[in-house]
Amino acid sequence: MDYVVFGIAAVACLVGALGVILASNPVHSALSLVGTLFGIAILFVEEGAHFLAAVQVVVYAGAIVVLFLFVIMLLGVDKAEALEAEPLGGQRPAAAVVAAGSLVLVILLGIRAAEVSNGAKAVGGALNGPGANVAKLGRALFTDYVFAFEITSVLLVIAVVGAVVLARRPDRDEIEITETEAAE
Amino acid sequence: MGDPLFNNGFDLGVVLIVLVKSLIGFTFVMVGVIFMIWFERKVIADMQNRIGPNRAGPFGLLQTLADGIKLIFKEDLRPDRADPLVFRLAPYLSVAPAFLTFCIVPIGGVFTSGQDGSVHLFGHTTYLQVADPPIGVLFLLAMSSIGVYGVMLAGWSSGSKYPLLGAVRASAQMVSYEAALGLSVVTVILMTGSLSTHDIVATQAGRFLDWNLVTTAVVPFVIFSIAACAELNRPPFDLVEAEQELVGGFHTEYSSIRFGMFYLAEFMNTITMSAIIVTLFLGGPSGPVLFGPQQIWPLVWFTLKLLGFLFGFVWLRATLPRFRYDQLMDLGWKGLIPASLVWLILVAVIRVGNDQDWPRVVGPLVGLGVAGAVFLLLLGALRTSATRRHDEAEVGS
Repeated sequence: MDYVVFGIAAVACLVGALGVILASNPVHSALSLVGTLFGIAILFVEEGAHFLAAVQVVVYAGAIVVLFLFVIMLLGVDKAEALEAEPLGGQRPAAAVVAAGSLVLVILLGIRAAEVSNGAKAVGGALNGPGANVAKLGRALFTDYVFAFEITSVLLVIAVVGAVVLARRPDRDEIEITETEAAE
Repeated sequence: MGDPLFNNGFDLGVVLIVLVKSLIGFTFVMVGVIFMIWFERKVIADMQNRIGPNRAGPFGLLQTLADGIKLIFKEDLRPDRADPLVFRLAPYLSVAPAFLTFCIVPIGGVFTSGQDGSVHLFGHTTYLQVADPPIGVLFLLAMSSIGVYGVMLAGWSSGSKYPLLGAVRASAQMVSYEAALGLSVVTVILMTGSLSTHDIVATQAGRFLDWNLVTTAVVPFVIFSIAACAELNRPPFDLVEAEQELVGGFHTEYSSIRFGMFYLAEFMNTITMSAIIVTLFLGGPSGPVLFGPQQIWPLVWFTLKLLGFLFGFVWLRATLPRFRYDQLMDLGWKGLIPASLVWLILVAVIRVGNDQDWPRVVGPLVGLGVAGAVFLLLLGALRTSATRRHDEAEVGS
């Protein structure tokens, strides 16, 4: 049973991933990305990490890729890209090197350091066993790791404020805006 | 935890029960849609002093069936500039989430007097819902965020301007109201302590005072209902279609059964959302057993509550004029989201008070204090932004 589910999800992931890089239309790429994300969500469900699966779909498929699509539609870049044009010289060889390096790293991790990559030593290991995994995750997040959690949320707020400040393009004196922004 | 059906491993019976349950759920929704379309047309006709469909079958009951057959046999048009693959994919992307969400709704089962709402079928025990994932309500949010894709891609892939405008409006609206939807669900989860829809229904079993409508004090229910109406793109939030401005919105270029599928998805979503509201706030299938067999009454109560909501949605459509786009965004971002945040904090503090055994009055008082402070902060932020926008407009003019 596990193998069947894994097989289906893995095929979905790989087909999606290939679609992302091979499709010449950006919207098709974004849709393939959704396919990959769904495959990963199925893998999470299969591992019993229901919460992660839901978050995967809500956050990545539901919000981030929708934003991608928004940008693609609003900026009108939804035409097939000319693949011959290369904006940065030497980009392709560099990409090949980085990809090969990452692949070697992943394989090495899988062979040499299985206890790291399979999560046995991870914090998440404590979440195994019976009981609702959402409740345990919540308890862990809001007790042991509450500082990391809160700092992450502050970081996100800062990012949002920064994005708003950058996007507003004030026509008044810039310094004045920054001061009022800081006062809030 | 979870459906007891899977406790004893897999065999053919389990697989069959799952299949039969999916089939029954699907039939329930499909038949529901057929009657819902008839019901909506009839009720609206009554409210507008018309007769409504009355030719096909008794009281025009078969009208929807006739329309469906007509749509299947119509010519399927595809605009020249459409993206062929995505154009064909989009209708399915809108129907699938609509049905999948219905899968987590418990439509029956006795929850009172120590029973946990399970029924026995062919030597197996199971719940009367297609699936009971431990993340229940999150599944609802996940599916409603997937529902955006159908609308968005349909508009984009048509390769035409009105659908694109409709799609951009639709996705902005759905993404905005999803936040309010999620935040008002959190209060329900706080009261239940579980995400599973089965547990949510189980804690509301019995008395009327146990319903989440009462325990979360109506406000989340109102916010959820408004946000759900906006998620459904139903009037008064139907800017997505707005036939006076956008011809037909995102499905302008669709014809024949592909258009039919969007229509189907819209009504499926209406039924599903009403069912979800009933589950979250009105105790789902809970209600008194009046006479006869115990197992029948939950189904009857559930259906009655569902019908009440469906009538409410039709009523809204017949009564309210459409929102303007900026009013829609103001209501969502400056009205519903702050209101649900304040209420969430109030409920959370009272919950903590109960857990920590604070004296009876202290919890609500502290809650009111904190929620009031948050409310004032939000109000201040809104005021500041309004005055600054005003100033900027003056400087600019």
